Amino acid sequence: MTRATEMEFFIDPSRCIGCQACVQACTECDTHKGQSMIQLDYVDRHTSPQTVPVICMHCHSPTCAEVCPADAIKRTADGVVQTARKPRCIACNNCVLACPFGVPKMNNRMNLMMKCDMCYDRTSVGLKPMCASVCPSQALFYGMREEIEKLRPRSRSVNSFQFGNQTVTTKVNMMVPRQSPIDLVDVAASLHQITAPQTMAPAEDALLANMFVSG
Amino acid sequence: MDEEFEQLTVPPDGRSPAEQPRWRQDFPIDWPQDEYLSRREFIKFLLLTSAAFSAGQLWFLVANFLRQREAAATAQVIARVDDVPVGGSLIFKYPAEDSPARLLVRVDENNFVAYEQQCTHLTCPVIPHVDVGELHCPCHEGVFDLLTGRPLAGPPRRPLALVTLEIREGNVVATGIEKRTV
Repeated sequence: MTRATEMEFFIDPSRCIGCQACVQACTECDTHKGQSMIQLDYVDRHTSPQTVPVICMHCHSPTCAEVCPADAIKRTADGVVQTARKPRCIACNNCVLACPFGVPKMNNRMNLMMKCDMCYDRTSVGLKPMCASVCPSQALFYGMREEIEKLRPRSRSVNSFQFGNQTVTTKVNMMVPRQSPIDLVDVAASLHQITAPQTMAPAEDALLANMFVSG
Repeated sequence: MDEEFEQLTVPPDGRSPAEQPRWRQDFPIDWPQDEYLSRREFIKFLLLTSAAFSAGQLWFLVANFLRQREAAATAQVIARVDDVPVGGSLIFKYPAEDSPARLLVRVDENNFVAYEQQCTHLTCPVIPHVDVGELHCPCHEGVFDLLTGRPLAGPPRRPLALVTLEIREGNVVATGIEKRTV
């Protein structure tokens, strides 16, 4: 069995076919009580069937945990940010609003924030997360870095994202085309009008999370 | 902090752990540090807890001392000896008009006893049964000894407060109150 620390998560949204298999598999994971923690976002439903699976990126400096007033969100030694601790969570929604990726979900029935914990019962013992084990196009890939570099030579992985002045680095990697430059989108402005994206050199290795929204 | 609890999460400002504010140590994001209880913290907990217990004991001592320093209640005529028949009882207020009710009982020809009327369990009024030498509390079947005021049966564990009496010139006079814990 491969050691869990050598395994990494790679998301390749361009391979997503929107089959919802990950969403269904997620509900079967034992760590979150039958709730699916994945959301499958349509990028622009009017013009494209393209979908993006959104799972927790497991930031190195988790914004959700930074803003938690109840000290409820914790990160395990292997870098996985866990669902809020039930005895501590006060259901204030701070994390839901603060997460730059829109991952935490408030469960109003249980008054508990629940989020993707990378199927901690599985990945901590070297198994694949439920979503990665069922994804037919391997848009959600869990494995070694050498493996994905060999399989997808035209892509490179990015784990640094720029949100305004905040640079977020993550445990989970996003696969992007190897050659293309990285788009920076002014989120506030793009809500109202679609502007031509600014570009920056690929070497700077920063990516706006909603680069897919830029159209 | 031990090597095995090496800090994993990087604070947003990117500065070293030593430069971070104190609350980051108190509320760490990393699970191992959050679960970790240092020896110093444990000893601090033990010391503060035992200090709180000691302070509580000291407070009892101080409260006892203050109670002894209280001005003794002034002597006050309750009734004429002839007004209370043998086996009879009388309720009076002492030392002031707004004090709790006290119970005066004439045990025999020469002896009177007086107690606080409230049972020491849940402050129901006690009823004298002079023929069996008991004070009876009807609420929870508490029984006190008529001559000493000490609990004999039922839930009460502390004796009734005693009103000291004197007989002066045919009058029953209350001279003080003795609060008792045993």
